[in-house]
Amino acid sequence: MPPVDFCGMELAHPIVNGSGTFDAIAAHAVFGDALHEHFPFAAFVSKTITIAPRAGNPPPRLWETASGMINSIGLPNKGLAGYLESDLPKLAALPVPLITNVMGSTAAELCELVAACDEQDAIRAIELNVSCPNVKTGLDIGADPVSLAEVMRAVRPRTRKPLIVKLTPNTADVALVAAAAEAEGADAVSLINTLRATAQKPGASGEPWLGGVTGGMSGPAVRAVALAQVSAVAARVSIPVIGMGGVQRGEHAAQMLRAGATLVAVGTESFRDPAAGSRIARELRRLLEP
Amino acid sequence: MSLAPFGRRRGVCASIRKVGSYHLLELVDRDGPDPEPGQFYMLAAVSGWGAGTDERPFLPRAFSAMGGTDGRLWFMLEDIGPGTHRLARLQKGEPLWLTGPLGHGFRMPQDGRRPILTGGGVGVPPLVMWSQHLVEHGVARTLQFGFRDTSHAAVAASFDSVQIATDDGSVGHHGLVTDLLVRELDRDPHATVYSCGPPGMLEAVRRLCVDRGIPAQLALESGMACGFGACFGCVVPLVDGSYARVCVDGPVLDATALDHVPAH
Ligand SMILES: Cc1cc2nc3c(=O)[nH]c(=O)nc-3n(C[C@H](O)[C@H](O)[C@H](O)COP(=O)(O)OP(=O)(O)OC[C@H]3O[C@@H](n4cnc5c(N)ncnc54)[C@H](O)[C@@H]3O)c2cc1C
Ligand SMILES: Cc1cc2nc3c(=O)[nH]c(=O)nc-3n(C[C@H](O)[C@H](O)[C@H](O)COP(=O)(O)O)c2cc1C
Ligand code: FES
Repeated sequence: MPPVDFCGMELAHPIVNGSGTFDAIAAHAVFGDALHEHFPFAAFVSKTITIAPRAGNPPPRLWETASGMINSIGLPNKGLAGYLESDLPKLAALPVPLITNVMGSTAAELCELVAACDEQDAIRAIELNVSCPNVKTGLDIGADPVSLAEVMRAVRPRTRKPLIVKLTPNTADVALVAAAAEAEGADAVSLINTLRATAQKPGASGEPWLGGVTGGMSGPAVRAVALAQVSAVAARVSIPVIGMGGVQRGEHAAQMLRAGATLVAVGTESFRDPAAGSRIARELRRLLEP
Repeated sequence: MSLAPFGRRRGVCASIRKVGSYHLLELVDRDGPDPEPGQFYMLAAVSGWGAGTDERPFLPRAFSAMGGTDGRLWFMLEDIGPGTHRLARLQKGEPLWLTGPLGHGFRMPQDGRRPILTGGGVGVPPLVMWSQHLVEHGVARTLQFGFRDTSHAAVAASFDSVQIATDDGSVGHHGLVTDLLVRELDRDPHATVYSCGPPGMLEAVRRLCVDRGIPAQLALESGMACGFGACFGCVVPLVDGSYARVCVDGPVLDATALDHVPAH
């Protein structure tokens, strides 16, 4: 399997992690240097960073479904300053390029985040998590092509680094949103983020199980939906696509590539198998080089 | 803290037997390091994982080590849902996935305080391992367990000098294990309390020890997806308003740091 060129980065293979599904700093403390020696991903995507620190949602935060899970984690993070000061030096020491994922509820917030990342040599690309309600409309920025275009017009001039737009699947026509991102200068799009979902407490109360009431569904249960959305988007745009959603084996990654993705991200499967990224890359290599 | 080898690996079920209401599982983990008392593993059967109620389990499940040396690991579990149900039906020689040892375990008592180990239900395994460690290091300990009934208490028959409480009064003290803890603390409060068990019990121990200014190390449980800090799903609230991840910041946390023990 030849190296992959992604937005000017040369990656050893096409497998990366989904934002928020692998904490390379915590994993290093658990597994030691073996993690860096056998790093499972060809690039590392940070969890979502916001301007102010966030504690995240009250527990319970997880619900297991048939072949998948719902999370209502609530994007806990140290905030931009905390990320730059304490996390970035450690992430810069990873053996692979770093992509930083950011989220803001206004164009101004996103501009500040992107401008701050632009100054950091260790950050090779920036991913915009646009699954965040627009403070004016209440709609997710990424659910509406018009509001996404508006945000992109403000943010795009703030950096020359590759900008990846992480699309939300919770919208009527994801390809339309992807086209808007491309038209406003996105270098790549990634999808799918989690599908909005909820669960009730066991018993008859009907009360929500999750502390955050609703959450996002991921894992093999969403794979078929993800494949359809990745296909639709790849057919619509000419910028590279990072495909994800329920990838568990090399064959699933190959399907994403056949659907038009350039890279494939692994999320939930890493929870079941911390080294899933390298296993899937190995399986994919075997499939592509028979 | 023992570092875990990176990734999940195959273990083999060496034996499984039922003692009263619990299942005692012995695994071969030839390449793994020995766990420290309080550390845990993520376990999943290689086959038939996902074949239970509601097509679950999907994620691996967390289990405290009850012991572990020379490539052998011991666990104790209760069949309460699809994950534990599947593990309880492992056959001798059957492979399973394991990741670990994970998390931070118990720390020695300071200032000559005597250790009191207070547990209940499936909170027994880490305390059994800690008790053994203390005894091996010549530290005298008080061990007390609470169970629902005779069938659950049966597992304690093999433990040396243990105080028992049962909800139905069929064995030992009729009442809560925290009654036994109060009795011990009244007698001599120069102690460090180590506790693991159902959330209601742990919360009672936390309050009791915080109110009396007695150091307590609580081994917490929480719903987990990964066990190695990746998902941020396993959190418990701290007094400073932040959340700790049970899997990497714990599972053993100081009672004074916790705001409360969540019910799930
Ligand atoms: C560090 C640690 C150590 C542990 N050590 C032990 C041990 O030594 N022995 C032992 O027996 N257990 C232990 N546990 C608990 C054990 O991991 C859980 O009981 C186990 O996950 C249950 O899985 P299950 O599929 O059998 O039950 P589940 O069906 O998962 O039910 C367990 C609980 O989860 C909730 N729940 C129900 N359905 C769902 C769902 N769909 N999604 C999410 N939550 C749900 C409910 O509150 C239920 O009571 C430990 C847990 C932790 C975190
Ligand atoms: C626990 C959890 C946390 C996540 N956190 C983030 C996040 O911080 N930012 C983000 O853009 N996506 C986040 N995601 C979405 C994943 O990156 C990915 O898009 C999604 O889970 C689909 O892939 P999968 O089925 O392989 O997990 C999270 C997913 C999970 C399961
Ligand atoms: S179980 Fe995933 S972070 Fe603790």
